[in-house]
Amino acid sequence: MAHKPSFMPRLEPRGHASPSMVYLTPLLALVVTLLAGGLLFQVLGFNAPEALYTFFISPLTTAYGLGELVVKATPLALCAIGLALGFRGNVWNIGAEGQLTFGAIFGGGVALACYDMEGWWILPLMVVAGMVGGMLWGAIPAFLKTRFHASEILVSLMLTYVATLILSLLVHGPWRDPEGFNFPESRIFSDSALLPVLLAETRLHFGALFALAAVVGGWFIIARTFVGFQIKVMGLTPAAGGYAGFSQRKVVWLSFLVSGALAGLAGVSEVAGPIGQLQPTVSPGYGFTAIIVAFLGRLHPVGILLAALLMALSYLGGEAVQIGMGLPLAVTGVFQGMLLFFLLASDVLIRYRVRFGRPQQEAKA
Amino acid sequence: MQAVFYFSHVTTASCDACRQGSPSFSEKSRGGVRFFDLCRRFQRVQTDQLPPPRLQLRRIDKRFPGCHANKAVSLTLQPGEIHALLGENGAGKSTLVKIVYGVQQADSGEILWDGQPVHIGSPAQARALGIGMVFQHFSLFESLTVTENIALGINAREPLEDLATRIAEVSQRYGLPLDPQRHVHDLSVGERQRVEITRCLLQNPRLLIMDEPTSVLTPQEADTLFETLRRLRDEGCTILYISHKLEEIRALCSQATVLRAGDVVGSCDPRENSARALAQMMIGTELKTARSSISGTRRGEARLQVTNLSLGSLQPFGVDLKDISLSVHSGEIVGIAGVAGNGQNELMAALSGEHRSADHDAIHINGQPVGRLGPKRRRDLGMGFVPEERLGRGAVPDLSLADNALLSGYGRQALVSRGLISFRKVNAYADRIIQAFNVRTHGRRAEARSLSGGNLQKFIIGREILQKPKLLICAQPTWGVDAGAAAQIHQALLDLRDQGAAVLVVSQDLDELFTIADRIAVMCHGRLSSLRAARETTVEQVGLLMGGLFDSADEWEDDHGA
Amino acid sequence: MSIELLDATALLLVAMMRAAVPLALAALGELVTEKSGVLNLGVEGMMLTGAVAAFAATVSTGSMTFGLLAAMLAGMAMALLFGFLTLYLLTNQVATGLALTIFGIGLSAFVGQGFVGQTVEPMAAVSLGALSQIPLIGKLVFGQDPMVYLTLALTGVIWWFFARARAGLVVRAVGESPHAAHAIGYPVRLIRLGAVLFGGACCGLAGAYLSLVYTPMWVEGMTAGRGWIALALVVFATWRPWRALLGAWLFGGITIIQLHVQGMGVDLPSQVLSMLPYLATIVVLVLISRDSTRIRLNAPASIGKVFHPEG
Repeated sequence: MAHKPSFMPRLEPRGHASPSMVYLTPLLALVVTLLAGGLLFQVLGFNAPEALYTFFISPLTTAYGLGELVVKATPLALCAIGLALGFRGNVWNIGAEGQLTFGAIFGGGVALACYDMEGWWILPLMVVAGMVGGMLWGAIPAFLKTRFHASEILVSLMLTYVATLILSLLVHGPWRDPEGFNFPESRIFSDSALLPVLLAETRLHFGALFALAAVVGGWFIIARTFVGFQIKVMGLTPAAGGYAGFSQRKVVWLSFLVSGALAGLAGVSEVAGPIGQLQPTVSPGYGFTAIIVAFLGRLHPVGILLAALLMALSYLGGEAVQIGMGLPLAVTGVFQGMLLFFLLASDVLIRYRVRFGRPQQEAKA
Repeated sequence: MQAVFYFSHVTTASCDACRQGSPSFSEKSRGGVRFFDLCRRFQRVQTDQLPPPRLQLRRIDKRFPGCHANKAVSLTLQPGEIHALLGENGAGKSTLVKIVYGVQQADSGEILWDGQPVHIGSPAQARALGIGMVFQHFSLFESLTVTENIALGINAREPLEDLATRIAEVSQRYGLPLDPQRHVHDLSVGERQRVEITRCLLQNPRLLIMDEPTSVLTPQEADTLFETLRRLRDEGCTILYISHKLEEIRALCSQATVLRAGDVVGSCDPRENSARALAQMMIGTELKTARSSISGTRRGEARLQVTNLSLGSLQPFGVDLKDISLSVHSGEIVGIAGVAGNGQNELMAALSGEHRSADHDAIHINGQPVGRLGPKRRRDLGMGFVPEERLGRGAVPDLSLADNALLSGYGRQALVSRGLISFRKVNAYADRIIQAFNVRTHGRRAEARSLSGGNLQKFIIGREILQKPKLLICAQPTWGVDAGAAAQIHQALLDLRDQGAAVLVVSQDLDELFTIADRIAVMCHGRLSSLRAARETTVEQVGLLMGGLFDSADEWEDDHGA
Repeated sequence: MSIELLDATALLLVAMMRAAVPLALAALGELVTEKSGVLNLGVEGMMLTGAVAAFAATVSTGSMTFGLLAAMLAGMAMALLFGFLTLYLLTNQVATGLALTIFGIGLSAFVGQGFVGQTVEPMAAVSLGALSQIPLIGKLVFGQDPMVYLTLALTGVIWWFFARARAGLVVRAVGESPHAAHAIGYPVRLIRLGAVLFGGACCGLAGAYLSLVYTPMWVEGMTAGRGWIALALVVFATWRPWRALLGAWLFGGITIIQLHVQGMGVDLPSQVLSMLPYLATIVVLVLISRDSTRIRLNAPASIGKVFHPEG
């Protein structure tokens, strides 16, 4: 390859992955995103500090805002922990959105079926149904992958569109609220089918505890269990996993069932929590944003928890700048995308060092 | 050192070159001679009228992070000589030739070509100068044809049809026949090397670099290659020959430069030195070899029994296993020889359990049928396994040595209970391996990728041996490993055998097999020859078998049809 | 057969070929990218960016040519981002591709906010007078919009490039074994970057076709998964250009039939019909992937793997 001019920065492999960079790069990515975001606001003709304040700080100044932060972080964390498990094992489930939708359908279905009933058992049943729904929807790509080698990326994504259409079909048809003036929405769930609110004056609901439990459970699987080790080996070096006698099929199935169940849990928590009914859309793309959350959190449950809060903030920030400054809501997506890019780019620092200055003296004479 | 080179050349290779050189000389002096030519002329007169060296490296220096690959290396190659570059793995040979071929750039130093300073910034520039290179790991594209491959590697642009004709012509002329239309994945390793050589020859090279060319050839194929190389030398081409096989260097080369840890530690005429002396120069210390190969203990019961195993390859361009039968008994080492890519990988996958056979009875371990069992269940029966690819199969590069100890030790070392990892046990086990097998590393937390090839191999073999296997299967145990580690590994395998284990070793290195194996079989085209006692077998016989001549070698042995 | 029926069939086929254009363009671009050994999952994001850039440029300048150009540039800019990250910063191609899609969805929605509800004059079909009036083949062969012809031509050119051209041979070699290509002196990363940029330009055009010709207007997320279907088409085509075009027609056909069935008032919920292209993608993927050896024989051997020239 032609030699580069000497002032170009070069990448030099480190002997070891840098442990400090593993933790520093997400922060670095965040800082660069803030700078780039500020620049973007400035270019669009807004006062950058004010816009950044509105986006990142103002949502956190009220108790309600803090509650909303957790409400939005809950489905993100639930989905992302499941996805992270798979990503570690090189299983690319990108259809968490569909699995979330199916969880909502199954859980919501139970709620509607039990509309006239009361009892403590309704909520647990909904939760289980939601998880089963998510698992079923996740089982399809797992089956097609292990049986026919069909790309799980494409299948799980296609199924997301299908799941959304099924939900739409249901709320336009059989599950439409009979007293709802033909709006494509289900009945509002009965009180027995709604998750309790944890903090008065906010929408903070019981689902947040599910997310916390998932963080602990996810950490335990990854750090302590042999299954977690197998997933890690399969993700890093499949050939070594095969040599050790680990099974690729097992990793695929496990990843999809766990992430499906968690996404389903997120779905049922949404409809039994802040939404309270079935609507044509039950998620503003939590399942996709969870992909960013998983990477930003370094595929580690604790990191994911922090990343989920940050991403939740980006949703709130988007709403805040829309209301406060008239900026389009899509600014959220831009911020999320930028953050993921900068994170991926700065990841290079874990394995490589950047060297400036004269790289290599050429062998000229 | 420089002087030594020059004088030896006055006596060997330079005479015909001088004769060729003189006429043009006088022609030039009749016309106007420029100052520069005058200087050169003066220089030539000084050095007994030698033409300038074909290639001269002066104080070439190259560093990589954590490794000083070449330390001010100087080297002179004369026209029409075969010059050996000797050294252990990691001595810096490959880096040096990559610099000459323009794949990498030196940090400092200069390169003179025909006495002129040159800058070789890319392989295309090297080729334009007349430098050709045959890589050790071939730079070929499996899914493309011979012609397409060659078209990619030469500077000249010509229609593929014309090129195909030239390929057929040139390869024939040099005794390396090739069909230009075939796809590379259909070719044997030896034929692939012909593609590489033909690619160089098509450009009329004046310097040909060969990196470990015989490691993939049968002894007979190697002889054919030597004839080709001698012929090229006689035509005036210089050959830089990299190898660590001392006998073939003594047979072929008229000069040798020895590298150790990036330094030139000596140069000599290999024909005047014993292999032992060369080895000592290469390693720097007295060469230790494993003690006698012949088993003292008596052969016990069959620990591995393979009966008529046939299995299609899982790889796109792999080799199918055909009707393989084999037995390995306790207290013996069985060696499987063969040129790479003749089904050894497939056989290893079938034995380890990574590729299961439909026929449950085709493989028995300790008397139990295991054909359909996976690696874990086979380990439980007492099998240990050391794969060829140590970084990326035998070990996970990005994980610590402790994690890598867990990789295969989880079952027989009881490192996992109720699905939870016992980190205390894992760490203790990793420490035991590191200590018992003298693995040089800064501890069990080091990533596998940070170890040298030899140390990682010691770790992997140690991990398997400490599980007290009744049967150890080991692929290429010392491939790419430095001589010290290789001797330790051989000793460990012999000790294991003497303790009553059955050991199966697959290797391309015939010297290795003849050093440690009690019985030897050869793989070719997915078939396995019958086993024969190593003591009663010659390298020539094994060579014939490696070439696929099972029948003639069997006749030789006179046990055909056994 | 009556003239009316012939004409109706012709119209159906014309519609099918139009519906296939964005799929074919995106699939062809991705095919070239993948041939060089790079898997770019950002097709959807690049298409959306191209769609919004085309629409914005056309509305602002009034020139569709500018619109198409802007789309190609936007797609290439996105591809450049992806190429820089994966080829020079050695990031994971799958993760980076996903990021590109997420970013593209957000960015296009952001940029397109001001253009929602506006319209542009759709691209006129080629008219060759009398020729275009011939029953059946008139509309089909002589009466399409220019992009349909461009797609056909592009398929041919890409086929020729890989089958006959030396440069195509080099791209194939790089996708097969970047290390070998590097060893014999090819600038692997530059070649790959070129292929990635070409893919970006094609995806940009594919998006432009949606917002300028097919719909024609800007709607958030208007690609509706076409980028992912295009990715599936590349696998379906086993990396062969003509098969990719064929696959695109097949999917165009499904889309059109689904629309017609809905229009004819068949008693099936529209959602079920809308699912058809997605379900068909899954079915096609399963059918083609079943034979995993065939996929591996045809797939570029180094696809998706990080390449660092120093080792």
